[in-house]
Parts: sequence; structure tokens; C-alpha cells
Amino acid sequence: MRLTCPFCGPRDVAEFVYEGPFSGAPQTERPALSAAPAAWVEAVFLRDQPRGETRELWRHLHGCGCFLDVLRDTLTHEVRAVAFADPADAAAMRAKP
Amino acid sequence: MRPYSALDVLWNGLTGQRGWTRAWRDRAPRPAYDVVIVGGGGHGLATAYYLARNHGLRRVAVLERGLIGQGNAGRNTTIVRSNYMLPGNREFYEHTLKLWEGLSQELNYNLMFSQRGHLALSFDPGFRDAFARRYNTMRMTGADGRWLSRSEVQARAPYLDWSQSARFPIEGGFLQQRAGTARHDALVWGFARAADARGVHIVQNCEVTGFLREGGAIVGVETSRGEIRAEKVALAVAGSTGPLAAKAGLGKLPLETHKLQAFVTEPLKPIVHQVISSARQGLFYMSQSDKGGVVFGGEIDGHPSYAQRGGLETYSEVMSKAVSLAPFLARTRLLRQWAGVVDMSMDGSPFITPTPIPGLYFNAGWNYGGFKATPASGWCYAHTIAHDAPHELNAAFSLDRFARGRELDEEAAGPVPRLH
Ligand SMILES: Cc1cc2nc3c(=O)[nH]c(=O)nc-3n(C[C@H](O)[C@H](O)[C@H](O)COP(=O)(O)OP(=O)(O)OC[C@H]3O[C@@H](n4cnc5c(N)ncnc54)[C@H](O)[C@@H]3O)c2cc1C
Ligand SMILES: [Zn+2]
Repeated sequence: MRLTCPFCGPRDVAEFVYEGPFSGAPQTERPALSAAPAAWVEAVFLRDQPRGETRELWRHLHGCGCFLDVLRDTLTHEVRAVAFADPADAAAMRAKP
Repeated sequence: MRPYSALDVLWNGLTGQRGWTRAWRDRAPRPAYDVVIVGGGGHGLATAYYLARNHGLRRVAVLERGLIGQGNAGRNTTIVRSNYMLPGNREFYEHTLKLWEGLSQELNYNLMFSQRGHLALSFDPGFRDAFARRYNTMRMTGADGRWLSRSEVQARAPYLDWSQSARFPIEGGFLQQRAGTARHDALVWGFARAADARGVHIVQNCEVTGFLREGGAIVGVETSRGEIRAEKVALAVAGSTGPLAAKAGLGKLPLETHKLQAFVTEPLKPIVHQVISSARQGLFYMSQSDKGGVVFGGEIDGHPSYAQRGGLETYSEVMSKAVSLAPFLARTRLLRQWAGVVDMSMDGSPFITPTPIPGLYFNAGWNYGGFKATPASGWCYAHTIAHDAPHELNAAFSLDRFARGRELDEEAAGPVPRLH
């Protein structure tokens, strides 16, 4: 399996770490500190079990270090899309020479 | 069922092996049962057997989408041990080891259970201290285990890297002598045969595709071979739990589905006499099968997957661990490599429990370790199904333990399945 990091290009999956499911914005992945315990239990411990296409948060740990928004198929291992998970990263990485 | 005996073997040897009959019957499904078990792996078949044997239930069916034992039951590295420390886990795993010790006799089926010992290598004082605590706890709660010095380990496993230049110098190890390996297919067939003899229906090529409901309760299943009604429906589908549980209406679960690979070398003369495990650079474990192949494996691939196909990155990682620990493996040829889809729970411990949905029972979360658990899992699950409540041995394996702050995190790794 290969992931194409938007900054580093196509790299072997061994360079990346799977972090968990992703819904679109790193800031909204966890509940507010004041949220009810049930919301925290859900965020920390409970998972959907997608068999097929799924959206996940990965990190290019042994590369640029960015968090990545990955669209992937858990049945075929096809990677459909990889983007920066954090728009701020996208801007900062583009600004680098 | 006529019991197998030495005389039988001798007689059939003399008469051209013509006297053997089918070990169990491949049944067509009936329209209704008392209990329907979904999944013909080790756990489903063991559950059916104990429902009949311990609880007198006769109208029980095991529905398997393919052939029995084609899932993880037929793909694992067959290590059986009870070196668990946490209350809730240790009693359960010691119970399973005790069941294993009498199981070949009880099932009248040779499971080739070999208590050759499980040796966890130690490389540093931190590991030694943590494992000394673990093995002392085990000794105090009825299991066996002891410390071996470097020279004692070397005497048992001279083929490991004992040189000055070893990547990870071994300083000793922890031995559980009653642990060992067994024949995985024999466990499946042993339980199938014994369950069939007690009237359980084993139905193959019967995939459960949905659930029949009345009011809020589940009252049966939809299958590729028609509807089957049941008073109780019990899931035991290991790596397929997520999608099926979602159809049943259980919602989000404390599980992630990953793939785990295993490897076997060409047959060699006996050399690896114990099960060897190492927690250095991540997990590694190996043993030698009775056929001579060195069977080994490492960690899960690290990302959710339902493909029974391993990735090259983990493959090469496991190979590097193998040759750094046991250099002779570099000179052997690898015969086969395969993967299974494992139900990793968020704390590394399993679930055997009734569910909030009336009529539905839940068994999953076996991670790397469900083969050894098979007898006790079936025993406890049968009790849970028959009594609508867990036995004290599986009381800790509930689904709501996370919400109650009662997770059973044996490795103290946190809610990250790839670290368990
Ligand atoms: C590579 C590998 C190595 C392992 N090594 C060890 C080890 O050394 N020691 C140890 O203790 N454990 C080990 N395990 C774990 C162990 O194999 C599993 O935890 C255990 O086998 C799971 O229980 P089971 O036997 O019931 O699962 P399975 O054999 O997977 O049974 C589940 C069954 O359900 C069926 N099914 C799925 N969906 C449906 C449906 N919709 N309808 C009908 N049937 C369905 C499947 O076809 C399958 O036969 C290993 C696992 C793997 C993959
Ligand atoms: Zn990168």
C-alpha cells in the first residue's frame, strides 16, 4: 500500500501511522471539555466498522510529519485520496521553498 | 457417534481404511431453533457444544457462511497460554488452559495439545520487573510461571543470537511450562464432531445477511438459505463482527478490525522446542509445528482492513525481527504467508455478553489471542446465552466497561488497538 502525501509525494505505507477515523476537521474530532461523559466515551472508545470506503486521519510520521485526511477502501486497500487534514498545514507547507 | 480408539486405528489400518464414517453431518437448515449461533469458527462450535453438554439445549444450530474453520480458527499460530495478570482476565484464561488440559479426552479427538512451554524473553530490567509482577500474580492466583536466567534460556534455545554483537542481548526469560501449542483444525473438528453428536446442527454455506425483528427484539436471522427463526441469536463471527453487529443495530462498538499475518518456513528437524515470544521492537512469537515448519508472526498491520491479505511493510518488519532474534531463520526458506481479519478491541480484552437488544448475544474482541480462549469462550458464552446473564468468569467482558471506567487493558497501552 502506498499513500501519496501532498507534500512528500508517493511513499510506502510504512512511513505513515493510522490515527483513527476522521470526519473533516481535527479541531472537531474530540468533544468539548465540558461535554457529557458519554460523548467522551464515544470519541475515545467507540468506532464505526467501515467495510469499504472510509475516511481516516493518518500522519506522515517518518516524513513531513503532517496529519493527513485519507479516503481509503478497507476491503481492497485502494487509497482514493490524500489531502492535508489541517488547512493551516496546507498553507504553511505550500509556503516552504 | 462411535468413539475413536486405538483398536479402531489398528483395525482400519488392516482393512484398507474403509471403516471410517463422517466425523459430523453437514445439515440443511430447519425453519426454527432455540439458539442460532452465527459463525462456525472455534468459538461458535465450542459454544454450541457447551450449550448442549452443560445446559441441555438440543435445538441449536451453527450457521457458517463458508466452511467451518476457514476463518481465524484455521489461520492462527496456535499458541495457548494463560500469562494474564488483571483480575477478570487471569481467571478466564486459566480456566481455558485447564479445559485444554482435558479436552482431547473429553472430545475424543486428538487436539495435539502439546504443553511444551511458553518462554517470554527479557532484554532489560524494566521488562523483567513488569513480568516478575505479572508472573508472581499468576502464581498467587493459580497459574504457573517462573523466571529463567540467561544461561537457563540459552540451554533451552541455543539457536537464538547469544553473540556479543546480538542486536538485542537476552538477559533471561519467563517460562510458563503448561502453555504450548495445539492443532488448530483439530480444535474446530473436535468441537464440531462432539456438538453434532449431541444433536447440534452445523449448517455450512449459510451466510447471515440480516435479522428478523418483533417489537424491539431479535427473533431470528435472514440467511442466504432463507429465514431461520430463533429464540436467541448469538454472534461469534470474530473479524466480521463490525458489519454484522451494525445490521443488528448495535451501533458503534469498542472495536477496530485489522489484519494479522503469519508465516511458516519449510519443514526442519526439531529445533524450536518451546513457544518463544519477544516484546522487543514490538511483538514477535514463534514455535515449530509437528510437521517441522517454524511458525511465526508479529504485530497487526496497523490500519483497519477486511482483506485477508497482509502488507509487505509488516512482512519485512517481521522478517527483520525473526532473523535478529534467531539468525538461523535467514537460511531457511519461507513456505507460506497469510493473513486473517482480527477483531481488535479498544483495551485488548474480549466481550462475552448479553446485549441491550433482547434475543441478541455478543462474542468478539479476540485480538491476537482467541485461539487459546476457544474452550472457555464457548463455555462462558453458552452459560451467558442459557442464563441470560454472564458467568462470573466472563462478567468483566461486558460492552459497557468503557463507559464505567472498567477497561481491561492488560498491556496498559491505551485505546489504540495497534498497540495491544
Ligand atoms: C495470523 C493469526 C495468528 C493468530 N495467532 C493466535 C495464537 O497464536 N494464539 C491465539 O490464541 N490466537 C491467535 N489468533 C487469534 C485467533 O485465531 C482468533 O481470535 C480466533 O480464531 C477467533 O475466533 P473464531 O475461531 O471463532 O473465529 P473465526 O474462525 O474467524 O470464525 C468466525 C466465522 O464466522 C464466519 N462468518 C462471518 N460472517 C458471517 C456471516 N455473516 N454469516 C455466517 N458466518 C459468518 C466466518 O466465515 C468464520 O468462519 C491469531 C489470529 C490470526 C489471524
Ligand atoms: Zn509527507
